[in-house]
Amino acid sequence: MVTGYGPVERLVRLWLPVGFFLVLALFPFYWMAITSLKPNSELYNQRIMPLVVHNPTLKHYVDLLTQTSFLTWTWNTMLVAVVSTAISLVLGVMLAYPLARMRFAGAGLIAMTVAAIYLVPQPLLFIPLADLINRLDLGNTLSAVILTYPTMLVPFCAWLLLGYFKTVPMELEEAARIDGASRLQTMRRIFLPLCTPGFISAGIFAFTLSQNEFLYALIFLTKSAVRTVPVGVIAELIRGDVFYWGQLMAGALLGSIPVALIYSFFVEHYVAGLTSGSVKG
Amino acid sequence: MSVRSEPFVGAARPVRRAATLGVWLDRQSVFSWLIMAPPLLFLAALVGYPFCYGILLSLQDRPVAHAGTFVGLKNFATNLHDPLFWRVGLNTFVYTLVATLLKMVGGLGLAVAMNQHFRMKNLVRALLLLPFIVPTVLSTVAWMWMLDPAFSVVNRLLIGLGVPRPGPSWLGNPILAIVSIIVINTWRGLPFYGITLLAGLQTVPPELYEAATIDGASGWQRFRYVTLPLLQPIILIVTLFSVIFTFADFQLVYVLTHGGPQNATQLFATYAFDIAMGAGQLGLGASIALAMFPALALLIIALTIYMRRG
Repeated sequence: MVTGYGPVERLVRLWLPVGFFLVLALFPFYWMAITSLKPNSELYNQRIMPLVVHNPTLKHYVDLLTQTSFLTWTWNTMLVAVVSTAISLVLGVMLAYPLARMRFAGAGLIAMTVAAIYLVPQPLLFIPLADLINRLDLGNTLSAVILTYPTMLVPFCAWLLLGYFKTVPMELEEAARIDGASRLQTMRRIFLPLCTPGFISAGIFAFTLSQNEFLYALIFLTKSAVRTVPVGVIAELIRGDVFYWGQLMAGALLGSIPVALIYSFFVEHYVAGLTSGSVKG
Repeated sequence: MSVRSEPFVGAARPVRRAATLGVWLDRQSVFSWLIMAPPLLFLAALVGYPFCYGILLSLQDRPVAHAGTFVGLKNFATNLHDPLFWRVGLNTFVYTLVATLLKMVGGLGLAVAMNQHFRMKNLVRALLLLPFIVPTVLSTVAWMWMLDPAFSVVNRLLIGLGVPRPGPSWLGNPILAIVSIIVINTWRGLPFYGITLLAGLQTVPPELYEAATIDGASGWQRFRYVTLPLLQPIILIVTLFSVIFTFADFQLVYVLTHGGPQNATQLFATYAFDIAMGAGQLGLGASIALAMFPALALLIIALTIYMRRG
């Protein structure tokens, strides 16, 4: 934009506001990290300066990994996130491709329905779903969440992919059709290999959404062996009125790392998805 | 298969039949509906059916693990005579309105501040998005500890600034509790606003600012008369998104306050959860969840029409 600010004006216009937002955004994570490294004697001592660690210890991490089922919860969370993301990408493509490329009666209606379902929040459906899962005898199985997470992820992936598919030029598909390929062949062999960036965007979004899901997991998974990280941390690390803050913060930090790592590798895809998912009209 | 006795015709027919089938399958409408059938059936079974079943449940007296009896609109009447239900409605309204306004203003500020050239901009943008990426439950636990009655770091800092000991009881005081959930919801949602609006800002052609500057527009006037009108469609979409998911929020409140103290932070979603899962009254719980539906339906229809991809 406009250039030629002096250093003072640059400080006021740029670094002060950006610094403010950065501190606000990151302080809770900093606090999480240093709490998890403080021994209890330091955590509950009001007299010493709280913003740094004086005697760092890994005790909370060791306790978390040896005395709780945290590793099982992490495994469950990963398994559920990977499988439900994969299911959602496949089903999402099956919705998005015809909507992006074919002309048929009812296409507009289907597109609207998919968008509307994408916007339905879980609290509207959790009570009937809980009853349904009970009747299917799926309570306390990972299948319960693997089956229900795609209800929010499929419309989401379909919507994001639909936007992406429309940006892919049609010429290659037309050429394949002229060469006699069927529609299915054209889609699978010619079109889908061109869409890897779209799949990555939709995939990381779906993955982070399923790592973040709490309500369904809270209702369907009540045994420690099948819990996911968010539910395990809330249900088992908060015991009555006694809080094990060191362990809780260690768990919160470790539970955030997979998402943060994947996100840091694909941050450009993530931002692209974020803006196209909501903005492109 | 009498055709077999006439080899000449018999050899030709299956080929022609396969070809017709192939042509039929290749018709745009047939191909589309066939390939969309599995996802559509899936959504019908796990979204459409539960939705209708939820309406049915809301018309029943249905204790958990018992058969339901049809009671008509009794559950909805019970809600309308329940002062707590109205309290929940008010809480949800205040929470949604204030948090959305804060996110909108803060997000605009963030976007404008970030829309400048500086080193490591991409890194800063990535860091700013962290609150939105990290699972809500986990970051809310961190806030819970930051607002702890005895060891709150926020209060330690406030006391350092001269606030009398022991500092405010963030989660124990009804007003401060709703302030707390609003602040944390804003903290989490603001980056989504900011980064989306930033993407919108970057599409504003610089010539427009130059022209406005030549015409003598001040910084504020450029923002008010150039930036805001061009950003308006994006602001509207992001706001509708944010309103829908703030209105139906569950996780943050469930973890931080469980709706307390004295139901001061109880929202529709947490109240429905308490009645259905805590008290075991599925029918009444379903009617509370459905109370969200009229407002949600309007918002969803508005947003769907607005972002239609025809």
